[in-house]
Amino acid sequence: MSAADPMLEAERVLRICSACMYCDGLCPVFPAIDGKHGFDLSDVSYLSNLCHNCQGCWHDCQYAPPHPFAVNLPATFAELRQRSYADHLWPPILGRAFRASSLAVPATVALALLISFALVLGTGSPEALRATHAGEGAFYRVLPWPAMAGLAAATFGWAVIAVTLATLRYWRTIAPKTTISEIVRALPVALSDIITLRHLGGGGPGCHDHDERTSQRRRILHHLTAGGFVLSGLSTIVASAYHHLLGVMAPYPVASLPVMLGLGGGVTMTIGAVGLLGLEAWADPAPSDRGETRLNVAFLILLALVGASGLAVLGFRSTPAMGLLLTTHLGLVFGLFAALPFSKALHAPFRAAALLRAAIDSQRRASARAPDAASDSP
Amino acid sequence: MLWDVTVIGGGIAGLCAAIAARRGGAAVRLLEAAPRPLRGGNARHGRNFRLTHETPLDYVPDTYTAAELRAELRCTTGDTDRALTELLIERADSIAGWLIDHGVHLQPPGTGVMPYSRRTAFPLGGGKAMINALYATANRMGVAISYDSEARSLQRAKDEGWTINVRSAGADAAIRTRSVVVCAGGPGADPAWLREKFGSAAEGWMVRGTPYSDGRLLDLLIAAGGCAIGDPTTCHVVPVDARGPQFDGGIVTRITSIPLGLVVDRSGARIDVAGAGSQPTHYAKWGPRIATCPGQLAYLILDTDGLARAAPSALAPITAPGLSDLAAMLAIDPAALLQNIDHFNATPANAARTITEPPFAAYPMRPGLTFVHYGIKVDPTMRVVQADGSRHDDLFAAGMIMAANVLRRGYLAGLGITLSAVFGQIAGEEAARHVRG
Repeated sequence: MSAADPMLEAERVLRICSACMYCDGLCPVFPAIDGKHGFDLSDVSYLSNLCHNCQGCWHDCQYAPPHPFAVNLPATFAELRQRSYADHLWPPILGRAFRASSLAVPATVALALLISFALVLGTGSPEALRATHAGEGAFYRVLPWPAMAGLAAATFGWAVIAVTLATLRYWRTIAPKTTISEIVRALPVALSDIITLRHLGGGGPGCHDHDERTSQRRRILHHLTAGGFVLSGLSTIVASAYHHLLGVMAPYPVASLPVMLGLGGGVTMTIGAVGLLGLEAWADPAPSDRGETRLNVAFLILLALVGASGLAVLGFRSTPAMGLLLTTHLGLVFGLFAALPFSKALHAPFRAAALLRAAIDSQRRASARAPDAASDSP
Repeated sequence: MLWDVTVIGGGIAGLCAAIAARRGGAAVRLLEAAPRPLRGGNARHGRNFRLTHETPLDYVPDTYTAAELRAELRCTTGDTDRALTELLIERADSIAGWLIDHGVHLQPPGTGVMPYSRRTAFPLGGGKAMINALYATANRMGVAISYDSEARSLQRAKDEGWTINVRSAGADAAIRTRSVVVCAGGPGADPAWLREKFGSAAEGWMVRGTPYSDGRLLDLLIAAGGCAIGDPTTCHVVPVDARGPQFDGGIVTRITSIPLGLVVDRSGARIDVAGAGSQPTHYAKWGPRIATCPGQLAYLILDTDGLARAAPSALAPITAPGLSDLAAMLAIDPAALLQNIDHFNATPANAARTITEPPFAAYPMRPGLTFVHYGIKVDPTMRVVQADGSRHDDLFAAGMIMAANVLRRGYLAGLGITLSAVFGQIAGEEAARHVRG
C-alpha cells in the first residue's frame, strides 16, 4: 500500500498514525499529529526532525509490514529529514553537495588535508614534518600561527554562518505564528529536551538498537560524542586565552587546563563516535534509510578521526611523528568545519528548532486543554 | 522430548500462561500459529486494560474499586459464572504489577495525549509493545517458542498427557506433553465459521483482529467432548471502513464519526439506529445495523463541518464538491441521496448537524467483527469442563477462548486483555502445579 513519493507516503502513514495514536507516549511526534487530518510540507519537515529515530514506533507498530498498511514511520521520516536538510541549506547550491554527502564530506576533508600539508611544506622546509620540536611554540614551527589561526577562523566562520542561515531558513518553514514571550516561555523545556536528549529515551525504556529490546546505549554514546565535542571546543577557547591573555604558547603541559580538557574531550568524543558507528553497523536495516545511514557514517568517521588524531598529537608530541600527526589533525579539523554545513551536523540545530516548536505547541495545548471527560471506549 | 506444559496460542493469555508455568518450574513449549511479525493475537491491537486500585498509582489515576468493577460487569454482561467473575475481580488489582515485573512498560497518566482513565492502564507504545516485552521475557526465562506453528489435532496419549500434531512450514510433527493450555483466542476470524453461524450475510464482514483467531482449537475442544458456553451468534460488531483490510484493521479503520452525519445504504435510503446517540457505545449498536443492510454496506455522509469535527481515520474519505458527484462516486442514486439529505436537513436531530457545507465526504462502512460471545466452559482452575461435567486434570483453556464464561454479552473497555492475562496466569500456575506437584 506504500506510495513511491515520500511526501505522499508520509501523508498516508501519518493519517494511520493519527487515527491510532498508540505511540503517543513514545515521543513528541505523536502528540504533534493528534487529531490532524492533513499534513503539508511544513508539517512533514517539522515532524521528520522532531523524530529522534529511536525506532520505538516501528517495533511497537501493529501496522508494520507484513500488515498491508506497511507503516514504517522511522524510514519515512529519515528520507524526509534528508530532504528537509537539502531544501534549507545555505547557500542553496550546497543542496547538491548534500545529496552526495558520502562523497562531498570525504572530498572536502581530503582537500583540507591537502591544503594543510601544502601550507606546512610551503611555509617551512619538509624537515618541519620530520623533526622533533620541543618547548613553547613547537606547533607553530610546523605550521606558523597566522596560517593555523587563519584557516581555523575561515573554516569555523564559514561553518557558523552557513549552519546559522540554514537553521533560520528551516525555522521560517516550520515556525508557528508566535510571539517572543511565547518562545521565551517554551525555551526552558526545549533546552532541557535538547541537553538531556530526552527523546532518545523512547518514553522511558530507551532506543531500539537492533530488535525489540531497548537500551540507553545510543543516548549515552550521543552524550559522550556531543560532550567530547564541547570539551574539545572549550580546550581550544582556553588555549587561545592562554595564548592571547597570558602570553603562553602551546604546547601546554599535560597538567594544564587546555590539555586536560582536550584529553577528556578527545577520549569521550572518540569513544562516543566509534560506539555510534558500532550501532550503525548493528542496526536493523528495515526501519533505517540507507541515505541517512551513509550521512551518519560519514560524519561519525570524521569525528572519530578528529578525536583520535588529536589524542595522537598529544601522545607523540615529543617525537619526530608530531609534525605529521599535527598536520593531519589540523587538516581533519579544518575539513570538519568546512564540511559541517552539509553534513549530519545539521541534525543538531534542526532538531533543536523542531523541539522549540514542539515546546511552544505543547504549551498551547496545555493552556487550551479543558478537563477531559472519561473516555473508556472499546 | 516430553514437555511439562505446552501452550497453544501466543497472545496475551498464552504468554502469561507460559511465563507463569515456567515460573512454576515447568519445561514449557509455546506454539504460536502466526509468523513472528504477526505474533500476539488480538492483544497486538489492544490499547489499554482494566484494573482495580484503591489508590492512585504511577500508571493510573484516582481509584477504581473491586465493587465498581463487579457492578459494571453485572450491568454489562448479566448473570455469568460467579466464581470465575470473582476470580477475575480479585486478580484485577495485581495484573499491572505482574506485567511490569515481566518487562512491560506502562504509560504514566498525563504524558502523551491519552485520554483520562481511572479504570484502565495503557502499555507504553500499545499492545504490540506489551507483547514484544512478554515474548522477550518468556524467551529469557527459557520458554521454547515456535512461530508459524499451528496445532492441528489434540489427542489423549496412551500413558500420560497429550499428543499435539503441529504443522510448521508445511511439515507435520507430533509434540508430546504432560499438559496442554489452550489460549488460541475466540472464534470468528475464519470466514467459513462465520458463514456457518451468520449465513451468507457474513460474507460482507471484516474481521478487526488477527486472522489466526480462527476457532479451530475451540472446535477441537468441543469435538473432544468439551462443553461450549455462550452464543455463537452474539458478537461485538462495529462499523469499519469498507476499504480497509479484510483482517487486522484494528483501531484505525473504525468509523467513529457517525453522530456527525447521515448514514445511507447503497440505495440511498436513510439508515438509523434508535437511541444509538453519540456515546462511545454507539459503535456497538451501529455494527449490527450495518450488518442487515443490503450487501452489508452503508455510507456515512458528512459535510465539510462534520468532517472537520470527525476524528481522523486511517483512509482519507471519498470527497466531492457536490452531493450529486458524491452519489456518482459511491454508485448511489443521486435523486434518492439528495431527497434523503434534504429530509435530514429539514428535521435535524440538533441544529449543528445538517449536511449543507461543501465539499462533501463519505466513508463506506462494513460490519467489523471484534469478538464472539462464545467459547469453552472452564472451572476456576481453568480446566476445560466436558459436556458431561467431568474434566481432564491436564487440559486447560484461558483467554478469549473462554471469555464467554464471564462475558456473555456486551463489552467493557480493556477487559479483554485483563481477563486474558489473569486467566492465562492462573492456567499456567495450575498446569505447572499439576505436572510439578
